[in-house]
Amino acid sequence: MTVQELPGAGAAAYRPTPPPAWRPRTDPAPLLPDPEPYRVLGTEAPLDRALMLRLYAELVRGRRYNAQATALTKQGRLAVYPSSTGQEACEVAAALVLQEQDWLFPSYRDTLAAVARGLDPVQALTLLRGDWHTGYDPHEHRIAPLCTPLATQLPHAVGLAHAARLKGDDVVALAMVGDGGTSEGDFHEALNFAAVWQAPVVFLVQNNGFAISVPLAKQTAAPSLAHKAVGYGMPGRLVDGNDAAAVHEVLADAVARARRGGGPTLIEAVTYRIEAHTNADDATRYRVDAEVEAWRDHDPIQLLEAELTSRGFLDDSAKEAAAEAAETMAAALRERMNADAELDPMDLFAHVYAEKTAQLREQEAQLRAELAAHQDEDEGER
Amino acid sequence: MTTVAAKPATMAQALQRAMRDAMAEDPTVHVLGEDVGTLGGVFRITDGLAKEFGEDRCTDTPLAEAGILGTAVGMAMYGLRPVVEMQFDAFAYPAFEQLISHVSRMRNRTAGSMGMPLVVRVPYGGGIGGVEHHSDSSEAYYMATPGLHVVTPATVEDAYGLLRAAIASDDPVVFLEPKRLYWSKAEWSPDAPTEVAPIGKAVVRRPGRSATLITYGPSVPVCLEAAEAATAEGWDLEVVDLRSLVPFDDETVCASVRRTGRAVVVHESTGFGGPGGEIAARVTERCFHHLEAPVLRVAGFDIPYPPPMLEKHHLPGVDRVLDAVARLQWEAES
Ligand SMILES: Cc1ncc(C[n+]2csc(CCOP(=O)(O)OP(=O)(O)O)c2C)c(N)n1
Repeated sequence: MTVQELPGAGAAAYRPTPPPAWRPRTDPAPLLPDPEPYRVLGTEAPLDRALMLRLYAELVRGRRYNAQATALTKQGRLAVYPSSTGQEACEVAAALVLQEQDWLFPSYRDTLAAVARGLDPVQALTLLRGDWHTGYDPHEHRIAPLCTPLATQLPHAVGLAHAARLKGDDVVALAMVGDGGTSEGDFHEALNFAAVWQAPVVFLVQNNGFAISVPLAKQTAAPSLAHKAVGYGMPGRLVDGNDAAAVHEVLADAVARARRGGGPTLIEAVTYRIEAHTNADDATRYRVDAEVEAWRDHDPIQLLEAELTSRGFLDDSAKEAAAEAAETMAAALRERMNADAELDPMDLFAHVYAEKTAQLREQEAQLRAELAAHQDEDEGER
Repeated sequence: MTTVAAKPATMAQALQRAMRDAMAEDPTVHVLGEDVGTLGGVFRITDGLAKEFGEDRCTDTPLAEAGILGTAVGMAMYGLRPVVEMQFDAFAYPAFEQLISHVSRMRNRTAGSMGMPLVVRVPYGGGIGGVEHHSDSSEAYYMATPGLHVVTPATVEDAYGLLRAAIASDDPVVFLEPKRLYWSKAEWSPDAPTEVAPIGKAVVRRPGRSATLITYGPSVPVCLEAAEAATAEGWDLEVVDLRSLVPFDDETVCASVRRTGRAVVVHESTGFGGPGGEIAARVTERCFHHLEAPVLRVAGFDIPYPPPMLEKHHLPGVDRVLDAVARLQWEAES
C-alpha cells in the first residue's frame, strides 16, 4: 500500500474534529524510511541497460568535470570550487530524473547536477569564477540560480511547484540541500509548506557526512535525516547515495508520486565528500584518512562499473568511449576558462531594478567619468 | 489612471480595494499570509478576498514568515505576482533572510532574466497602543537593501494608488502601511478618479515659505497639524510627503528646500542610523548654499520601541516638530 492510499494520510484528509478528543489519526509507520539505505547494485534487481549506460557516462564525465574545476582553482581561474567528487551519483541522478518542464533547485555544490541537466559548463561556473553571480537564464533549462545561503532555495522550490500546480501545469520541482542545511529554519518551513499544500516537490538531502568540519552527529540527534519527513506528514526515504541505480530509482518514484498529485517526499542519500569542503578548507583537521579510504572503496563509479561489467552491459570500448567524451569535455572547459572574461563595469548598474533610479544613473555617470579619466591617464603615459 | 467606483471610507478599505481591483484585473495576483483568508487579516485589510477569489488566490499559509516570503519567491519565479502580508512590523524579521538574500537581488543575480514582482505588505509604526513587537518602524533596514522599493502612503488616495503601483511593479516593493492611519478617513468625492501614484515621486502636501518639513507615512498628519499651529508664530511651513523612500525623490525635496532655505526631517523611526540621517545628508549635499540653517531631525528616540503607556513620550508630536522649527530660526540668526 503506498502512502497516499492510506486512510487519513495527506492534507486533503486532514480534518480535525473539535477538542477534547482530537488526535491525528495517521499511522506514521508507512512514512518512515527503511532502517538501512536502499540499494540496487549488488542485488538481483533488473536494470534498464540504456539508463544505466547513460548514468555511467554522466558519472564519468561528472568526475572529470570536478577534477578539471578543482584544477582551475589552482590556476586561479576559479575563486573557489566546492567539489562533488564522490557524490556524482546523486548529482547525475537528480538531473536525469527530471523531465524538460520540471525545475531543479541546486545548492552551491550542485554545479554538476546543473551541467548534467544540460547547462553550459562554463555558464555553470561564472558564480565561482566571479564574473557574474548567475551565468545563465534560469528559465532556459529550468534551473534556479545555484544557491549559497543554506536551505533558502527550498521554499522557492515549494512556491514554484505550488504555482505550477495552481496553473494546472505538469511540473515537479526537485530541491537539493546538504546535511548541514537540514538544520536551518528554511528547511523546516519548506517541508511544512510542501506537505500542507501537497506541493509537487522532491527534497534531496545529500548527506555527505560533514557541514564544512561539523559531522552529522553534531548536526542532528534524529535517527536519520529521512526520519524528519514523518513529522511533516510526508514519506522519508533513505538511499545509498553512491548507488546510482538506487538513487535514480528512489528519485524517480518520488518525482512520479509528486507528478500524480501525491505530494512531497524527503530523500536522504547517504554519501561522502571525498575532497575537502572547498579548496580553501583543510579536511585533515576534522577527519582521518582511513575514513576517506573506506569511502573510496565504495565509489559510485566503481560500483556501477563493476555491476555493469558483470552483467555484460559495459565492455572496454564503452568504457573508453565514456572516458574519451569526458576528456573532450574537460579540454573544452579548460580552453574556454583560460580565456579572460570580458566584463563591462556598467553592468554594475544594469540589473538592480527594472528601470534605473535617478540615484543609480548618477552613480553610473560617476563611474563612467572615472573610467574615462583613467583611460586618458593610461593614454598619456603611453 | 484607474477609476474607483465607490468611496473608500478608510485607508484600510482603500488598501483592500486596491488588492481586489488588482486581483480582478490580473489573475496572476495572489495574496498570501497569516490569517488573510477566512479572517481577512488581523486588520481586515484582505477582508472578503478569499471569498471572492477563492483560497488559491488568497491563501492562509502556515505560520512561518520565511516560508511565506520564500514560497512567494518561487511563485514569482513561475510568473505569479504574490502580495505577501506580514502580520506586524516586528514579525517580518524572520523573513529578512529571504528578503535581503533573495527577493532584493534575484534580478541582479540573474543579470535581469528573473525579476521579483512581489509586494511585501508590512503594517508598521506606533501610536495604536500595541504591546512589544507591534510598533516597530523598520524602514531603515529595508532602505539599506539595494533592489527593493520602499513606499509608504499617508493618505487614503495614496494607499490605493501606491498599492496598485506596487502590485504592478516588476520589482519587489516593501509596502509599509502606517497602521495608526488604517482608520483615517478620506476626503474625496465618491466618484473621483484615483491616480495610481508613481513610485518614486514625493508630493508637496502643503505649500509654505518659511521651512520644509520632510516626512512620510504616520508623521505626515503630525507635520500638517504642526504647520497649521505654526501659523500662529508667523511661520509658513511647507510639508513634503515622500511617499517613496526608495527610490528617493531628490528633485521634489530639494526644490522645496531651495525655496524655503530650511528643513526638518520628521519620522518615528530612530534618529541614529535612521532614514533622517540619509535624508539630511542628501539635502545638505545638494542644497548647502541655499540653507539658512542645518537640516534638523525630529525622530523617535534611540531606544527599542517603548511600552504603550510610554509611547506618547517617544513619538514625535506637534510640539517636538515646532521646537525644531524654532531652533531653525535661532540657528539662522546666530
Ligand atoms: C545560511 C548560511 N550559513 C552559513 C553558510 C556558510 N557555509 C557554507 S557551506 C556550509 C556547510 C554546509 O554543509 P552541508 O549543508 O552539509 O552541505 P555540503 O557543503 O556538505 O554540501 C556553511 C556553514 C552559508 N552558506 N549559509
